[in-house]
Amino acid sequence: MTSEELLQIAEEANADREASDFEVNVCVALGCLSQHSDKLKDTLTAEAAAASPRTGKRCHVRGTGCMGLCAAGPLVRVGSAADAGAQTLYAGVREGDVKALIESLGGKPVERLTAHLDQYFRGQIPIVLENSGYIDPEKIDEYIGRDGYQALIKALTEMSPQTVIEQISKSGLRGRGGGGYPTGLKWSTVAKAVGAQKYVICNADEGDPGAFMDRSVLESDPQRVIEGMAIAGYAVGASKGYIYVRAEYPLAVTRMTSSLRDARRRGLLGNNICGTTFAFDIEIRLGAGAFVCGEETALIASIEGLRGQPRPRPPYPAVSGLWGSPTLINNVETFANVAPIIRKGAEWYASIGTEKSKGTKVFALTGKITNTGLVEIPMGMPLREIIFGIGGGVPNGRKFKAVQTGGPSGGCIPEEHLDLPISYEALIDVGSMMGSGGMIVMDDTSCMVNVARFFMEFCMTESCGKCIPCRAGTAQMYQLLTKICDGKASHADLDLLIDLCDVVKNTSLCGLGMTAPNPVLSTLRYFKHEYMEHIDHQHCRAGVCACGSKPLSELSQAEVPA
Amino acid sequence: MSAPVDVKTLVIDGVNVSGSAGQTVLEVARENNISIPTLCHLDGLSEVGACRMCLVEVKNSPKLFPSCVLKVEEGMEVTTASDRLKHYRQTILELFFAERNHICSVCVANGHCELQSTAQSQGLTHVRLPYRNPKLDVDASHERFVLDHNRCILCTRCVRVCAEIEGAHVWDIMGRGIDSMLIADLHQPWGESSCTRCGKCVQVCPTGALSEKSKFGAEHPKHPEFLPYLNMMREGQ
Repeated sequence: MTSEELLQIAEEANADREASDFEVNVCVALGCLSQHSDKLKDTLTAEAAAASPRTGKRCHVRGTGCMGLCAAGPLVRVGSAADAGAQTLYAGVREGDVKALIESLGGKPVERLTAHLDQYFRGQIPIVLENSGYIDPEKIDEYIGRDGYQALIKALTEMSPQTVIEQISKSGLRGRGGGGYPTGLKWSTVAKAVGAQKYVICNADEGDPGAFMDRSVLESDPQRVIEGMAIAGYAVGASKGYIYVRAEYPLAVTRMTSSLRDARRRGLLGNNICGTTFAFDIEIRLGAGAFVCGEETALIASIEGLRGQPRPRPPYPAVSGLWGSPTLINNVETFANVAPIIRKGAEWYASIGTEKSKGTKVFALTGKITNTGLVEIPMGMPLREIIFGIGGGVPNGRKFKAVQTGGPSGGCIPEEHLDLPISYEALIDVGSMMGSGGMIVMDDTSCMVNVARFFMEFCMTESCGKCIPCRAGTAQMYQLLTKICDGKASHADLDLLIDLCDVVKNTSLCGLGMTAPNPVLSTLRYFKHEYMEHIDHQHCRAGVCACGSKPLSELSQAEVPA
Repeated sequence: MSAPVDVKTLVIDGVNVSGSAGQTVLEVARENNISIPTLCHLDGLSEVGACRMCLVEVKNSPKLFPSCVLKVEEGMEVTTASDRLKHYRQTILELFFAERNHICSVCVANGHCELQSTAQSQGLTHVRLPYRNPKLDVDASHERFVLDHNRCILCTRCVRVCAEIEGAHVWDIMGRGIDSMLIADLHQPWGESSCTRCGKCVQVCPTGALSEKSKFGAEHPKHPEFLPYLNMMREGQ
């Protein structure tokens, strides 16, 4: 495959696309699929074929990846095939709407189905998700038609591995899995490490409660991840890649498997890629349902066929990773950022975002929020704009209480910090972290002690059990939090909890244990009064906990918490 | 001419010491009679860094490091004992005691138990945490040995000695987190497993989890010191 051949495929794909007068794009990613968008697509196809001889217009019905607003599924975008930007987005389309929808093609849009989502899409900058919802994820040619694999060919034929790494460093891209380690630095460490065999691993073991960014990327634009991994392989000198994806994502696995096959057929994986000496291939490994396998050393052990347990670092995987070889591990979203950086240049990428956090970040907005779904925003956007602007605020007239970011390693951010511009450092400063991108919005019906208990239970059941602070410490903290929720705890119990947080945070072996106390520490920092109400007055202001049966109005004056 | 030895000089607890590159801080500290408590570490076995007792402070790093896997570096300044470390070690010991049923007075290893002696050396006088009191089994199916899960601290010394030294890999860990459990083969009774009856696991067990039948307390000292000798002899071949 040369760049001319690639351009030819792209032209053919786009000519195919424009051969139809209209196109109907139906989201068949997991969110809409759960509302039977696959059947809807079949009905649309049949209806379009039936209408075609009558109207004389050709209509192409396509199953695409995620269009973002999962709450309003199934989503369908229709319009002229030549101008994707001017298409109309319909939300909540049912089979009964199909006739009206097909009839409206070329005429006025169906008003009752039209999604008025200017607010949702305004402010978003799609880079990682630029192809999501526009291409059929199972057709490599459609990806190529949208500039796919140009970056790989550019890297292989015009750039040295060193220049590729320089571009990634200059772009300011940082690990999107949560830690925020500079990607260019990681790549150059692996490139410099000595070893006959090196590996590239894509960490797709997304496990944070409420997070589904990586799943969506794998389901909607799998070729993008493959391209990013191949470029990384070239840059660090690896010939073999693994995608470690959790078995709970069957659709992502199916699409990735067929995408790998298509990439091999097109000569974009395998030996002599693009006529160069570069060889690279990727295999899929399935996780067996352990959150801790998202930790890089545990993930490596799992790929090796061992028990998925972390080991002390150093040595870091960049020096001694998979089977003792230098190994580059990046998250799905990190790899998905690589191709646009190489294609459009580091300066372009670095122009987006804040001083230390560049580019965009995909967040999964969930919880008590009107617009549940995926958003991709430039770094530096204030939390308030994400939640109340893009997200549409808290539904049912309830009051916003906190937003949880960073999953079980993160923390809860209260209203007073909502004007905080999103960046790795700013989130850590307020006691949370970027994490992989889960963003759970909570209103006044959530009890913060109970939320802390939920995350502690998660950490307790997901602890691998190797080191004692995490194994027994999380279990003890969970018991103490349960005691507080039940209204049976004393001040001494709270002191013990705080002490255990300190011990577990500082003595655990891996990131899971080190960050397990974070949800407790951050809720204690901003919502200590809720802890005190549970302890001193057996009162849960949200009415969630077992002790909260007594409403505040029935408490005597002396008992009313300040 | 032999290869030049790469010697690193460092400071441990204010004492100037030296070690060769590749040695761990724990090894060098013990060579210099600086004691660092350990439970999962055993001379002659691979390191897992799981018990967190040997954590030390390194100057200019906010993180603590397990000295059993921390390699010596030139100019390193290590602190092995501080109020903070003492508190962490005591709390970790409390977590061990509260996790399962460690009742010394009725334990076969009473007086020869590393958990017991470490608690004494670390000045642990009482446990603040609530005891979990799990109901755990005792596996006495083996003709010579007994496995008492109540005393197990999951240090995996038995797992490592069986896999690395004996080469049988009978022992492994089942489940995860607080439900982790030592199992023989694929969770068979020990007596029906592929055990070679060598008894190495019993000798390396720091507590009364693995013991010889019909031996108790004073009759039951353990002798893990055979391991470095065994390794030395093997390497000499």
